[in-house]
Amino acid sequence: MSERHPAHASAALAGTADPIKRPILSVRHLTTEFIPPRGMQGKSARALEDVSFDVMPGQTVGLVGESGCGKTTTLMSVMRLLPSTGRIINGQVNFKGRDLLAIDERQMRKVRWREMAIVFQGAMNALNPVMKIGDQIREGILLHDMLDREAAEERVGELLEMVGIPRARRDQYPHQYSGGMRQRAMIAMALACSPDVLFADEPTTALDVMIQAQVLELLRDIQKALGLAIVLVTHDLGVVAEVCDSVVVMYGGKVAEYGNADQIYNHPQHPYTQRLLASFPDVNTPTAQLTSIPGTPPRLTDLPAGCRFHPRCDARVAKCSEVSPPLITISEGHFAACYLCHGQEAHF
Amino acid sequence: MRRSLLEFWRIFSCNKLGLLGGFLVLSAVAAALFAPALTPHHPVDVMRDANGRGLTFAPPSVHGPLGTDDAGRDIWTELIYGARVSLTVGFMAGFIAMFVGSLFGITAGYFGGWVDNLLMRVTDVLLVIPDLPLMLVLVATLRQMDLHVSPLIIIILVIGLLYWTSTARLIRSQVLTIKERQFVSRARAIGAGHGHIVRKHILPQIMPLIVANTVLTISTAILVESGLAFLGLGDPTKPSWGTMLNFAFDRNAVTNGAWWFYLPPGLAIVWVSLGCILLGNVLEEMLNPRLTAHHLEDDENMIAIPASEGK
Repeated sequence: MSERHPAHASAALAGTADPIKRPILSVRHLTTEFIPPRGMQGKSARALEDVSFDVMPGQTVGLVGESGCGKTTTLMSVMRLLPSTGRIINGQVNFKGRDLLAIDERQMRKVRWREMAIVFQGAMNALNPVMKIGDQIREGILLHDMLDREAAEERVGELLEMVGIPRARRDQYPHQYSGGMRQRAMIAMALACSPDVLFADEPTTALDVMIQAQVLELLRDIQKALGLAIVLVTHDLGVVAEVCDSVVVMYGGKVAEYGNADQIYNHPQHPYTQRLLASFPDVNTPTAQLTSIPGTPPRLTDLPAGCRFHPRCDARVAKCSEVSPPLITISEGHFAACYLCHGQEAHF
Repeated sequence: MRRSLLEFWRIFSCNKLGLLGGFLVLSAVAAALFAPALTPHHPVDVMRDANGRGLTFAPPSVHGPLGTDDAGRDIWTELIYGARVSLTVGFMAGFIAMFVGSLFGITAGYFGGWVDNLLMRVTDVLLVIPDLPLMLVLVATLRQMDLHVSPLIIIILVIGLLYWTSTARLIRSQVLTIKERQFVSRARAIGAGHGHIVRKHILPQIMPLIVANTVLTISTAILVESGLAFLGLGDPTKPSWGTMLNFAFDRNAVTNGAWWFYLPPGLAIVWVSLGCILLGNVLEEMLNPRLTAHHLEDDENMIAIPASEGK
């Protein structure tokens, strides 16, 4: 982490930012690699490159993109929970006035859950199958010495009721819960220490549509009630339109486009964003033909030269396959990494 | 706690093989504990007939319940006092082996890297050396060395410190799969350190394995002790079942047709080993909470309400 860029954290970066408010979390130039395990052949995979975005207090940021584009890796890098093969090689994570990548593990442990919590993808696997749900919710509270045992017990009851689970089910095990309840229990767990930022990693994947709506509604209600910031990872653009204030569109480990929800939905600039939006049904033009993007996202061990999207892009120019385009400022708070866009190069 | 013990018993009592195993082990333990109450004699007492002559090789029909040996000692008395020795060695060595094995297995599996490499190479070395010859050499050498410890302690330590290798491998492989599970990531996300994760998330998952393996290792330890004692490395002043077999063969019980001399200790070893194996298998099954699900009971309080109404 020697060549860290100087921070230019400014509130004006995020599109919807009230200029007085400062971001609670700002990620700058985050670059993460996965190295092959020792003794294994293979190249290292650059999972994230130069990812920057801001999270404002009380707002929701959506991270969208196809599978394998680095959404989850971004969250794991910010929380410093990468598997042992993952390395953050550059960047800063400024959170409430300090760089999370610079503090030691012991201090980081205190940040986790108390200040930033995460709802994992697939609640069944994120719950310990041989531990009672209530004990798992209580775990974080006791670990951080937030409350004594009795008060923690009361808090567990409150949290369960907040997410619509009867207190009486505190003593049950995860396999006795339904899929939606497990996800809600995960959310209750994440709220246990009243964090400032909540990461939700595809919280509605693998749930049926009814339950998806319930979980999203729950997240929104909780945000309204507690005023926390949410970073929502999803590939469901409908969900993003509904709940997010700003959106980071990722492709191949880089930010393709970044702006507020209105800018991304109504004035998408990057061909990838445009194609992504065209591949989703729209209520206003129900007769429009849905289109798919031909090809697959690049393998991270074998990234194309130049713009990572150029092999699949129908608007590519010669330059695209040579040099990777920088993020261009299109309008205030709206950035896209494409040569077709015109404007000043953005500096984060 | 009390309730869960009752619950445990309720499920356990439904399992016939488990009950049989428990009975076999507990009866042997009880015989060892209450040995003085179960026999009027002492293991070194010589039985005499009405004329005061020593009863050697008296069959069970002459001197009950199990006859006498070549020196006129009561076999039943020797057997239940021998249970004390065999079981002590078995349990102590079994616990030591499990402790060392679990410690090595968890450390190697959880931390990985060079720690794992070092511990597993040590394990490999111990695994490839044939254990019986190694133990013979170790026990014999250590006994020569004038260490002022009882030969039994030497046997316990040698068995305990050599028989943890398979356990360590088993537990390591289990820990390897558990530590990659997402709930361990969640525990890290909560802000838990290594100690907390191992205690609260890894250990409860492998506890059934550890408990079941302890019981199985105890049976191995009893068998190995019998083997060593049979080869003459036991403590002759504190005869175990293996020592009894050694005496029986040394003193021509077979050529004398004194089956009551060598059958009882042999059967006693089978009795306890079988009990341990049955018990171990059943415990492993039972201590796994995923297999004891009392599914959604009919209870109004248990019905979930949609998130939107739950406030």
